[in-house]
Amino acid sequence: MFNKDRWREIFETIGKNKLRTFLSGFTVALGIFIFIILFGLGNGLKNTFQEFFLDDASNAIYIFPGKTSLPYKGFKANRRIDFENEDLEDIKLNFPMFTEHVTPRITRSALTRYKSQSNSYTTRAVAPGYQFIEKTILMKGRYINQTDLKSKTKHAVIGRLVAKDLFKTEDPRGKYIDIGSTVFKVIGVFQDDGGDNEERFIYIPFTTRQLIEKSNDKVGEIIVTFPKELGHPGAMAFESSLKKYFKDKKSIDPSDPNGIFFRNQTDNLKQTQQFAVVLQLIVSFVGLGTLIAGIIGISNIMVFVVKERTKELGIRKALGATPRSVIEMILQESVFITTLSGYFGLFSGIVVLKNVGLRLEDYFIKNPFIDFGTAFSATIVLIIFGAIAGYIPAKRASRIKPIVALRDE
Amino acid sequence: MIQIKNLHKSYKMGSSSLHVLKGINFEVEEGELVAIMGSSGSGKSTLLNILGMLDGADEGEYILDEVPIKNLNETKAAKYRNKFLGFVFQSFNLINYKSALENVALPLYYQGIQRKERQSLALDYLERVGLKDWATHLPSELSGGQKQRVAIARAMASRPKVLLADEPTGALDTKTSYEVMDLIQKINDEGKTILVVTHEPDIAQMCKRVVQLKDGIIIKDEKVDQVLASENVQ
Repeated sequence: MFNKDRWREIFETIGKNKLRTFLSGFTVALGIFIFIILFGLGNGLKNTFQEFFLDDASNAIYIFPGKTSLPYKGFKANRRIDFENEDLEDIKLNFPMFTEHVTPRITRSALTRYKSQSNSYTTRAVAPGYQFIEKTILMKGRYINQTDLKSKTKHAVIGRLVAKDLFKTEDPRGKYIDIGSTVFKVIGVFQDDGGDNEERFIYIPFTTRQLIEKSNDKVGEIIVTFPKELGHPGAMAFESSLKKYFKDKKSIDPSDPNGIFFRNQTDNLKQTQQFAVVLQLIVSFVGLGTLIAGIIGISNIMVFVVKERTKELGIRKALGATPRSVIEMILQESVFITTLSGYFGLFSGIVVLKNVGLRLEDYFIKNPFIDFGTAFSATIVLIIFGAIAGYIPAKRASRIKPIVALRDE
Repeated sequence: MIQIKNLHKSYKMGSSSLHVLKGINFEVEEGELVAIMGSSGSGKSTLLNILGMLDGADEGEYILDEVPIKNLNETKAAKYRNKFLGFVFQSFNLINYKSALENVALPLYYQGIQRKERQSLALDYLERVGLKDWATHLPSELSGGQKQRVAIARAMASRPKVLLADEPTGALDTKTSYEVMDLIQKINDEGKTILVVTHEPDIAQMCKRVVQLKDGIIIKDEKVDQVLASENVQ
């Protein structure tokens, strides 16, 4: 394929037919450029969406205690339901296949003080598994662990903004803070993608909270995560068996709508996933559409180019060009132009995406990008179709008898 | 050099077919300068196209330089054209984006000759047609006569056995026509076999032999006293 003379011939042809070269090159470059921009923006939209909706774990069931509204089994209505430590163990024992993490959540608000700085923060008393439910990211130190639970240590993990408010530039780790008149040692600082409010929480072991509150065994709410593989129907089934189990255990009328409440994140998950699928479809459709438009564009140009060159090809054939050499010449030229301009469009698209990317966050487009593989294959596809689009008219032109090609004039 | 026996050719025009050549027999010796004459529709261009392997015959024999020309596929025809034949057309058919030199060098490119050699050979031929100084000019910058001379240089460059000229003076005025015929006569004097299709009697008189075609058959084939074109150029 590499023939210095032929390349020279092609370069001469390209150089002396600038408009034609520009037209076909521009079509390809523009096609790829638009493809990359649209695909990138689509991905950016998807990113924003995921950030909005997928902050917390979606494979979780939240169980809240309430008050009964119906009398049942000799109990009066309006009875307060509480969860205890034993309930946590029972979930693990009864549904081993369906549970990943089981954690309580006892929420209290308290004045928190460090030296002269103080503010009111919400403290959540949890088990280690809670980190996965909130998707908490630790910046410094560690999260609450099993040892903390067992020894009921007075350890606290504070949010980024708590650290900023109380400690300013100091490293909070190892420092002692006063939460509602109990002194806790800070063992870690976290951040959370869920926004500022999420970063104003303080996490402590739930056993410590129970100890402070006169050694009770109340656990507030219970949050259970299940394996993602369960899917939507599995999660719904799991939820209804949990409901049945707890209503039975806590002696609540099965038809009582209050008593305990369930919030299943999987409903959200299903909706968000459907929405994500739709978004992905739109992005792919737009990308595919642009690509097809590009292919049609390059095909038109190729038909035009070959038509325009019919006479020249006739002359070349009369002078001894074989059909094969005619086809090869046209193909080599078109592949050369499409490759060059395709990659030009590819890189300029990526550069533009990179540069405008950060400024678009206000328009719900975050971090627009296109992975290099997709961009690369799109370019290859366009080159291949450009070659096919060139091959068909080139083949026909090579079959035209020279006299026919030379006749028109 | 050329032997043709019982050559037939017809073109399909929808349901009917047009019988253009109805059994042509003739021979051309090496070094001859033959004019093929006839009114339009007599089949002279068809005959030339078949001789030039630009078109195939329906029936008959065609032997060129002892090589039987038959059952040609496109690739083989292209190779034979490149090796045996040089073409000169009425409308010159130069490639308009290539300079005179590049046009002349093009058949050499298809012969696989290296670029440097191609260029020097092409320049030689341009010099022989008196256009060395115009080598870098595009066809659009040349006059009709100059274009035809470039086309003749191009036809000669591949060192063909036979030169086929289809109305080479058809698009030129009388003076320029005679200059072009002068060139053709000179090339013939060097021993090249040349066939010229024309409908102009004065041009035919400048050849050594005239073949008259009418309705697809040869009605006259005679040697003539050659008129030297140079004598008519003032």
